[in-house]
Amino acid sequence: MEHILEQLPIVLRALNIGFLQTLKLFFVTLIGAFPLGLVIAFGSMSRFKPLSYFTKCIVLIVRGTPLMIQLLIIYYFPGLVLHNPVWGGGETGRFFAASVSFILNYACYFSEIYRGGIQGVPIGQEEAGLVLGMTKGQIFFKITLLQMIKRIVPPMSNEIITLVKDTSLARIIALQEVIWAGQAFMKGSQGISGEIWPMFFTAVYYLLWNGILTVLLGRLEKKLDYFK
Amino acid sequence: MPILEVEHIRKYFGHTEVLKDISFSLEQGQVVSIIGSSGSGKTTLLRCLNFLERPDKGVIRVNGETLFDADDAKTQQESEIRKKRLHFGLVFQSFNLFPQYTALQNVMLAKELLAKELPNYKAERKKIHDEIEAQARELLNQMGLADRMANYPHQLSGGQCQRVAIARALALQPDILCFDEPTSALDPELTGEVLKVMKELAEQDTTMVIVTHEMAFARDVANHVIFMDDGHILEQGDPMEVFERPKEERTRQFLARFTQG
Ligand SMILES: Nc1ncnc2c1ncn2[C@@H]1O[C@H](COP(=O)(O)OP(=O)(O)OP(=O)(O)O)[C@@H](O)[C@H]1O
Ligand SMILES: [Mg+2]
Repeated sequence: MEHILEQLPIVLRALNIGFLQTLKLFFVTLIGAFPLGLVIAFGSMSRFKPLSYFTKCIVLIVRGTPLMIQLLIIYYFPGLVLHNPVWGGGETGRFFAASVSFILNYACYFSEIYRGGIQGVPIGQEEAGLVLGMTKGQIFFKITLLQMIKRIVPPMSNEIITLVKDTSLARIIALQEVIWAGQAFMKGSQGISGEIWPMFFTAVYYLLWNGILTVLLGRLEKKLDYFK
Repeated sequence: MPILEVEHIRKYFGHTEVLKDISFSLEQGQVVSIIGSSGSGKTTLLRCLNFLERPDKGVIRVNGETLFDADDAKTQQESEIRKKRLHFGLVFQSFNLFPQYTALQNVMLAKELLAKELPNYKAERKKIHDEIEAQARELLNQMGLADRMANYPHQLSGGQCQRVAIARALALQPDILCFDEPTSALDPELTGEVLKVMKELAEQDTTMVIVTHEMAFARDVANHVIFMDDGHILEQGDPMEVFERPKEERTRQFLARFTQG
């Protein structure tokens, strides 16, 4: 027991570093996928048929295959097939490849949520605005935008919570995120080996972070609850 | 001079002709009811008046000014249409209130946005806002909604929603107020309260075009009745004439369905 107490600071330091990488991937994915998802949503709603078929096709492929495969292909394809390892070596390269995979994957999921939110606002709202002499811009910002956000927040919350756990998939290309850090003590690292207990602490990190997000997103949802 | 003149309006959706040479006119302060079976083009006609649809042929004039002429591209400029819409108000069957705003805010919103275009808006912001609010409160009072102003649409009954929608349309003081089956989405007991405010508006000489299936209302309140059938105006005239002595067999059949039911 006392050796756990001795090892705890070492383990927590390693897990903190790993979790920082997890958080970085989490936020980079959101920052990239929020706008890219909107672009894809507009692409798939485009009246220009080739564009809308093309984007719908991409979304179908990305949503229809595991993120883990996408990670492996995006990380290894340039080096193995094109003989041009664009990602560079080391942790930076792995992080870069993981970010691109996650952003692309999540943007496709987000695009469907955006599409549902945009198309879910009844056409009568826009028509009522037009009849009252509003401009298209006024109608968007004063009437439809908030109604879209209200429709988007609940499914978006689900995706964001899923993203927290999905970041662990980046371990497949050896990104040194928090599970990688916890697992290191099973294999042997910094004088600690064959230990499973750091894994439980790893789980606690996820639990806490998801707890915080659930509370924050729940509050946002509540804030939008004043209208139906 | 009539306040509204509609001349030879035609409207196609694809290859189907939905409005076939519609002409009628309306004097200031008069109420015209449009009746007719489902699919006869009543909604499409109102949407044309409000520039939600563009007729393929014909002319629409208000107070002698040509707002729309299918043969004159100058009358169809996108930038002008927004202003032209303000001659008309439209009350929808499904209310289409803005859910994130209270009853009062629903009535004020459009007017406040328009006020921003006034040259003196920056200087007299507060005063303009107060005037708009006072007018909105007055209108809601008139609709019998004095104690409902701070409620959101989902907290209101259908009849109350529709009365807010009427106040919202009136706030912009349109020359002609159009209604598209304003009571069709309401329970019978709520229909009465909406018809009552519409009747009051008629008594105050509000110029109105009302599409309705409420035959008693059309007969008693309107000054003029138009019976539409398959995109045509089959018969129009004084309500008493049309209801009591319809000239056309189709009108007779249509009215019989209502008087029996
Ligand atoms: N946007 C549209 N595209 C194609 N056809 C349409 C469109 N809107 C209406 N129509 C057709 O035009 C015809 C007239 O429709 P409209 O809604 O004007 O009838 P209405 O008299 O209002 O009927 P109701 O009493 O059911 O409301 C119908 O046959 C309808 O199917
Ligand atoms: Mg209709």
